[in-house]
Formats: sequence, structure tokens, C-alpha cells
Amino acid sequence: MQNHPVYIDNDPQNELSTLNLGPTHPATHGVFQNVLQLDGERIVSGVSTIGYIHRAFEKIAEHRPFYQITPLTDRLNYCSSPINNMGWHMTVEKMLGIQIPKRVDYLRVIIMELARISDHIICNGVLGVDTGAFTGFLYMMEHRESIYEIYEEICGSRLTTNIGRIGGFERNFNTIAFAKLRAFLKNFPVTLKEFESLFNRNRIFVDRTKDVAAVTAETALSYSWTGPILRATGVDYDVRAMNPYSSYEDFDFEVPVGTNGDVYSRFLVRNEEMWQSLRIIEQALVKLEKEPTDIFHADVPEFYLPPKEEVYNNMEALIYHFKIVMGEIPTPNTEVYHSVEGANGELGFYLVNDGGRSPYRLHFRRPSFINYQMYAPMSRGMLLSDAIINMSSLNVIAGELDA
Amino acid sequence: MAQIPNEELLKRIAEKFDQQVTLVGEPYGLLTVETGREQIIDLLAFLKTDDALRFIFLTDITAIHYPEQEKQIGIIYHLHSLTTNTRIRIKVFLADGDVHIPTATTVWEGANWMERETYDFFGVIFDGHPDLRRILNVDDMEAFPMRKEFPLEDPNRVDKKDYFFGR
Repeated sequence: MQNHPVYIDNDPQNELSTLNLGPTHPATHGVFQNVLQLDGERIVSGVSTIGYIHRAFEKIAEHRPFYQITPLTDRLNYCSSPINNMGWHMTVEKMLGIQIPKRVDYLRVIIMELARISDHIICNGVLGVDTGAFTGFLYMMEHRESIYEIYEEICGSRLTTNIGRIGGFERNFNTIAFAKLRAFLKNFPVTLKEFESLFNRNRIFVDRTKDVAAVTAETALSYSWTGPILRATGVDYDVRAMNPYSSYEDFDFEVPVGTNGDVYSRFLVRNEEMWQSLRIIEQALVKLEKEPTDIFHADVPEFYLPPKEEVYNNMEALIYHFKIVMGEIPTPNTEVYHSVEGANGELGFYLVNDGGRSPYRLHFRRPSFINYQMYAPMSRGMLLSDAIINMSSLNVIAGELDA
Repeated sequence: MAQIPNEELLKRIAEKFDQQVTLVGEPYGLLTVETGREQIIDLLAFLKTDDALRFIFLTDITAIHYPEQEKQIGIIYHLHSLTTNTRIRIKVFLADGDVHIPTATTVWEGANWMERETYDFFGVIFDGHPDLRRILNVDDMEAFPMRKEFPLEDPNRVDKKDYFFGR
């Protein structure tokens, strides 16, 4: 950060202007600060300052039992919190070696893909808003609402869902949830198609986004980019396809890739990913028909809290309830890395356990944090308005950035 | 290409680095090795550029604090070979008074913020880092909060004192 004036070629006539873009700027959609040196409208240099909503999740996690960490993961990427929660549960299950029934896997896949759609809805909708097209955003937001209503049927809350438990779900999906899901599968493709026809070949939108912030695959890889923005550069790295978790290997889907890594490619990749997510959900519903309908969690009484009425009426349930709550159950002394494909990229959990009830060390590999570090270097030489839509298309979520 | 078996990967590293890289274990199939800070950058660069291995992707850099060990601070690198879908975890342990390690930004640009985060929370000095400042915490903070001796709550807090609860 510079407090003194900066001149071009030491000429006092050519002073660069300093712009504090953020921390609370309406165009940045979150708490981001970039101190930019501007030559007219062109960015000469920039410095990103982050950490405005740092909440020390990794420290707090060291003091919490394994089953109480989802409220923290919820608040990482709060636009698709179920993916974070499922990722955390799967990390613990991997550490404990818990076998998950297929039905639970498929239910999780449905929830995770809904979360991916809701995240991409926001990203692509907001990209439209930032380029001056409000309509698409409003059309799409209606369907994010129906996704949140599905969450609500399953776990009772909408944004920070706290969904799922170690071993499965806290309760079974009810018929209303499935009805709402089917209604969503019927209505959303119509809107998505409309949205695509509104944008994909729209001259204003294409002129505004094509070749803006184009990144080559080599640069993206050296900056450890993951997710849709890496795939937009042409690298087909998707954790779901490469290291399948939660039975993703049973599903038939494609990994869309872009060509030149610009804002337009990222937009197209995200749109196509929504279509693929819809495909996955439809397949999951078909697969669910063959599974017994009453299974919604694995048989792990040592880690899955029994229902309250059983705790009061059943000796074993009471014992397990006590042991879980008091942290009397031994866990392995080991370390595990597990990653899931979050909406923004590879969301990794590095868990070091010393056999206690809470992690010895838990590190989140947060895609937003790692993706965002290239923002200031890549903004150099860009127009200010291009830098704004570049930030929208990176889809950096402040909660995940700052953890 | 298929995944590289851990034995083969270890053999390949041993050919080049002999006794300098030791096996820690294979928890959940992920090969974990330990090395010293003298050859960490050589090892990372070798893993990245070797034609058969090609660990071109730096997944993560983080640290861990074991206060009861002689070498308290462990730096942990996770690498990923995208062409063969193989992962490896590399650990370097440093004594508390001398937490210096060469920077990996010479190998990957993306190591920059990961190392800043590690510095911010554990006080690890990455020698040669272009911009080693705090990243998530405030600049004038003095402690390194992810170390185990740092309390979770502010010890100066008065609203949770026992006498308020008649204890």
C-alpha cells in the first residue's frame, strides 16, 4: 500500500490515482479489498488484502468434537455449504473406515449436485448483473429458492445447512422433499435454457467477456487453480471423475472444459456443469428406486447419535449417546487427506488425529483462497471494469477465502 | 496413465536422494515421506520435472505444531500428479528456535499465499519468499495463533470469570 503519489516516468504531470476497491464495495460481492494504482481506467498494479472475516476455524476445530465441526464448514463456502459438510463427514468416515450404504451415497450426491447448481446460479447470475444484464439473475434466483426449499425439507435450514451426520443423514428424506426435487428437475431446465439463450450468443455479453482475463493452462496450474476456472483453460481435472467419492463412479457424466480460460469460457463451463449436475441427479433418482427406502445412515452406533426417544427407552442407545457426547470412543491415531469437488474447485480436508475426540490439526484446502491469489497479478494492464467481471467469474466467496 | 505404485515412487526418489528422504508411512494409501530443509526444494523440483512422475500440481502447503517433540514445527506439502493421478505428502520438521525453510515459490507461483498463511499461523520463515507478510491476521499481531500454546480464547476476557457464576 502506498501513501505517497506514484508517477509514470517520474513526471509529476502523470500521477497514478489510487483506488481502494473494497473492502465493502457493491461490485465485489463480499469483503474484498484491492488497492489499485490506476492510469486512467487501466490498472497498473494492485495489492489484495484479505482476512476481513477471518474467524479462526482451524483453531476452533481443534477444540470441537468431530460431529460439531459442520457449523464451521457451513460457513466456508456458504453458497454451497452442503458440499463442505459432506466433504467433512466423508473425511471422518475415511479416517474411521466406515462403510456407507449406497442409498446414503446417492442421497449425498443429490444434495451435493443441488448445492453445485445453486452456487453456479449465483456466480453466473451475478456475472450477468456485473455486465449489465439483471434479467438472467432474477430468472435464476427463483430456482435457488426452490433448492433451498429442498434443503429445508431435509434438514430444516436453508443457507448454512449443517446437513448430514457422520455416517449419513440425521433423518430420512420425506416425500415432500422428493416431490420438490422432481418439480425442480422439471422447471429448472426450462429456465436454464432460457438463461443460456439470453446470454450465450448475446453480442453485448460476448463482447464484454470474451478474451477478458484469459489464462493459459500452464499459468493456471502453476497457481494451483482448480474447479471451473481451471477447466475453462482446458485442463480436465475434476475430483469427482479423477478420485471418485460417494459413489460418483456409478454415474455417467461429462467434465466440460473450455478453450481459452477467459471469463466467457468460465461462464460456459459453469452453465454446462449445471446441465451435467441435472443429469447426475436424474440418474441418482433412478438408482434410488432399487435401494431400500428406509436406510439413511450407516450402521455406526459409536459415531451416529441415536434418536432421542430411543435414548430414553433403550439401554444401548443411552450408552452410545453418553459415549458419543462425552467423547469416550477411541479413534485411530493417523492422518488423512480427503478432497471433494467443491463448487469452486478442490476442497481438501487434511486431518491429523491423535486418537482424541477432536482433531489434533485440521487444515482446509480452500479453493477460493488459492484461486484468488492470482487476482492482483492478473489484473495488471486490465481495465477496471474488466477486473470487476473477472472477480465475479472467479467466484471467490469471502467465507472460504478467509476461513 | 495408471497410478504409480507407492513402492515404485519411493524407489525412484531413493535413486536420486538416497538416504535423505525417509518413509513415514502410507496412511490411507497416500505415500508420506520426510526430508530435511536442505534438499526440500530439490526434491519438489525433481518430483515436478521428472518425466515419469510429473507432480506438476501443488495441492497444499500447511504446517503442524507438536510442542512435545524436539523438532516442533512440521511443514507439510501435498503434491498431485495429474497425469498419473498419484498423490504424495512430504514433511519437513524444524526446531522451534530456527524455523527457516527455503521457499517453494521458485517452483510454483501458487505457493506464495500458502506460505504466507503458514507464516501467519505458525511463524515459519520461508527464505527467499517475495512477500512474506501476514495474510489473514492483522499486521501488528505478535503471536502465531495456530501454535498449541496460543489459547483459543482471549485470556483477558472478563465475562467468563468464575466469580460471575458463583464458583
